[in-house]
Amino acid sequence: MTQTRKPAPKPEAQNPSFSTSGMKLIVPLQGVVQGRGGLLLGTLVPCALFYFLQLYLKRRRSSDATCATPPSEPALPRTSSRSNLSARAGSISRVRISRLASQISRPDDSLYYVGLDRVSIDPFHALHNPHGVIQLGLSDNKLCFDLIGEWFARSLEGSVVSTSLSINGIAPYQTFDGMMELKMALSDFMHQVMGESVKFDPSNMVLTAGATPAIEILSFCLADHGNAFLVPTPYYPGFDRDVRWRPGVDLIPVHCRSADNFNLNITALEQAYSQARKRGVKVRGILISNPSNPVGNIMTQDMLYSLLDFAEEKNIHIIADEVFAGSTYGSEKFVSIAEILDSDYIDKSRVHIIYGLSKDLSLAGFRVGVIYSFNDSVLAAAKKLSRFSSISAPTQRLVTSMLSDKRFIREYFETNRKRIRQVHDEFVDCLSKLGIKCAKSSAGMFCWADMSGLIRPYSEKGEIELWEKFLSVAKINITPGSSCHCIEPGWFRICFTTITLEEIPLVIERIRRVVESCKSSS
Amino acid sequence: MGIEIEQPCVELSNVAVSETHGENSPYFAGWKAYDENPYDEFTNPSGVIQMGLAENQVSFDLIEKYLEEHPEEASTWGNGASGFRENALFQDYHGLKTFRTAMASFMEQVRGGRAKFDPQRIVLTAGATAANELLTFILANPGDALLVPTPYYPGFDRDLRWRTGVNIVPINCDSSNNFQITPEALEASYKDAEAMNFKVRGVLITNPSNPLGITIPREVLEEILDFVTRKNIHLVSDEIYSGSVFSSSEFTSVAEILEARENRNAERVHIVYSLSKDLGLPGFRVGTIYSYNDKVVTTARRMSSFTLISSQTQHLLASMLSDERFTESYMETNRERLRKRYQMIIEGLRSAGIECLNGNAGLFCWMNMSPLLEKPTREGELELWNTILLQVKLNISPGSSCHCSEPGWFRVCFANMSEHTLEIALQRIRDFMARIRTETETESA
Repeated sequence: MTQTRKPAPKPEAQNPSFSTSGMKLIVPLQGVVQGRGGLLLGTLVPCALFYFLQLYLKRRRSSDATCATPPSEPALPRTSSRSNLSARAGSISRVRISRLASQISRPDDSLYYVGLDRVSIDPFHALHNPHGVIQLGLSDNKLCFDLIGEWFARSLEGSVVSTSLSINGIAPYQTFDGMMELKMALSDFMHQVMGESVKFDPSNMVLTAGATPAIEILSFCLADHGNAFLVPTPYYPGFDRDVRWRPGVDLIPVHCRSADNFNLNITALEQAYSQARKRGVKVRGILISNPSNPVGNIMTQDMLYSLLDFAEEKNIHIIADEVFAGSTYGSEKFVSIAEILDSDYIDKSRVHIIYGLSKDLSLAGFRVGVIYSFNDSVLAAAKKLSRFSSISAPTQRLVTSMLSDKRFIREYFETNRKRIRQVHDEFVDCLSKLGIKCAKSSAGMFCWADMSGLIRPYSEKGEIELWEKFLSVAKINITPGSSCHCIEPGWFRICFTTITLEEIPLVIERIRRVVESCKSSS
Repeated sequence: MGIEIEQPCVELSNVAVSETHGENSPYFAGWKAYDENPYDEFTNPSGVIQMGLAENQVSFDLIEKYLEEHPEEASTWGNGASGFRENALFQDYHGLKTFRTAMASFMEQVRGGRAKFDPQRIVLTAGATAANELLTFILANPGDALLVPTPYYPGFDRDLRWRTGVNIVPINCDSSNNFQITPEALEASYKDAEAMNFKVRGVLITNPSNPLGITIPREVLEEILDFVTRKNIHLVSDEIYSGSVFSSSEFTSVAEILEARENRNAERVHIVYSLSKDLGLPGFRVGTIYSYNDKVVTTARRMSSFTLISSQTQHLLASMLSDERFTESYMETNRERLRKRYQMIIEGLRSAGIECLNGNAGLFCWMNMSPLLEKPTREGELELWNTILLQVKLNISPGSSCHCSEPGWFRVCFANMSEHTLEIALQRIRDFMARIRTETETESA
């Protein structure tokens, strides 16, 4: 077959106004346009080189395209012309992972580990594989299992340690990133919890001892020390510890306001991003919690798409903390970011999801967290780092059994949702009778209450004083908005799932006393 | 009251002293207030009501019902469903008090009662892997160095360096004195670090040693303690194999020496322990840091949020570890079986013409194959390792992966298989050695 050189790319990929080469010209010149005039030469020369390189590559690609059998491409859904450019942008500028992740995701050259791998490929077994490799390289003590097994059998009241849960299965070293049975059970569970609209692949998971190390490990993998993530405010106070402490990644707030019901808007995101750039801070990703903690609102599908477009354009990551996905009670349906990734044009490798069982299944003590990613390098690096935060084997077993009982899980969820809604509705109603309005929320275990009318002065100081009053006088621990970096003073997160319906009057009475005392002292 | 220790200044890392853990914020401060005075409908009606923790208690009865209907699952929990709720919700990084206490008393037992451990100084981590990394984060800044005697456990290259950015500078030990750590070697290693512009923050020893399989003699421990005191640096003693000593009287823990010194200068010493080796439960992920330094205890506890032990596991093991009759007899039996295994492999190797270092602890022996090397180099050792893996079908660990300065040594584990399998392994080695002898004889003939 003769190969004819065709200069023009395929018709589907062409778009005159935002042509791919046009955008590639604009992006490098952005730096000049933003006023770094003093570095004009330093910017123009690499930009020019970059531009010419792109042209060269494009020509190369067009000729390559005619040699290979062109795959049949369906017309891309054209919601915005930007999304079209993403097809090209994604294939050239792949999102980068951290230096640490690059280093450790490579196969280990230490023969200590190479040897261990070799055994797992061809393990000796007296009956089934007598010519296999005998493991003499793992310092493991199996000589006294029988004693431990006997102790468990004796001491666990009225039970027999059945073979499926016997000590032999759970005592030895497991793969650090979680047993496959648990990953499979979790992927089914996540599918169920998130409205059954998207399937999760167990091989895209790394399990960790809770969502807390999951967030920290992702931070280590996606950003270097001194880089930053953008995070909408108000946000979960634990993020400061998980992202900033050891990984040394900064969190740049993107302020959301009560006028928008604290929903994110892209303009604010853009502004925060460019301000960071001006300061010379490298933004590596956006961290969102959806459903949101502390507000309890759910991100719309449109907003998720906009977020993805934004991330594509800036070539950064998205970390979506979805730990409250199963704790919805409102009329809005939760949409996981995984659900909208099914389109071809999106670079999935920039999206990472955090999940866990602490909220939806109330098993915080058991430490079960999930990193879900489409990025092989991130998975490889996270898998290695999970050695520091592995889930205890007996817990993996127990949880696998629980999750595999589909009937129980379904019943649990229906009842749980109903009860959360009951407590939420009653509590919010009672608060509103006291004159305290809450932000509109559809998920989570808390309400985001506006007590700005009660604070004096209208500032963080006034807010903290009110918080102290609640704690010392009313003896109620609630979370002040300033801990969540909320830009508007006076908002408080109040969790209501730790009290019963019957206890609500007691709590409301205590709150009422504080409200009265604020009003009388004004 | 617990063990009180004077706290003069040995430095901690920037991460350790930073406020970025955020615990002084009202978010965490409120929890403390609740912990100190928690509301209870009957026993403490005027206590603090916790509404600052997004915890879901509304549907627990369903889970309890599930456990009652599934006693098999409940069996890994312990006793039906009672207490399950509190346990499943419990994520306090102090750990279950019963478990911490049981751990302290178990550690005392392992040391024959020759040292006391205060449960309040115990920090729980998901395995010793996490404990070693955590301590490194706390004691050293990125770019600093820890001195580690060679040969050492290959995992240290990951645990001490990966995320911490800390360097390992070897304290070179060799076969001339059975790989003992000498004061000269310590000083030389310190100078090496200085020459590389690394700030030395501490010494990390494993006692009993992995991969050597020997306990560190008391005099050497005293020297190491004096050395770190002189340099005003830390000492981490990884005592993960302390219960795997063939004869209990032969092990001296650094804790014993500190007690003899009335805990003078103790605030620089930290002990790492785990149940993975002595109890054979590596899948459970149970590790601890025992520190004589208050600040280290507090910081380590906070950092342990990233590596908590499942509350279910803590509950499961608390009663086992406090069952003194069981632990006493277990330790004795374990030592006995390890000793017999060790004898078996030593004799087996000797009959094949291979000598090992004279060991008294651990789950492995340190085998000397240097006479077999084509060239007395690292490459020679790797060639031999490859042959043993591919031809003899045995996975043993080459000394070079443990950073041993002398080529030809290998670590061979003996406790993770049945006696029958070990017999087969020894037979393969005998056959291999016989083949080599015939080849050499044919060559020289």
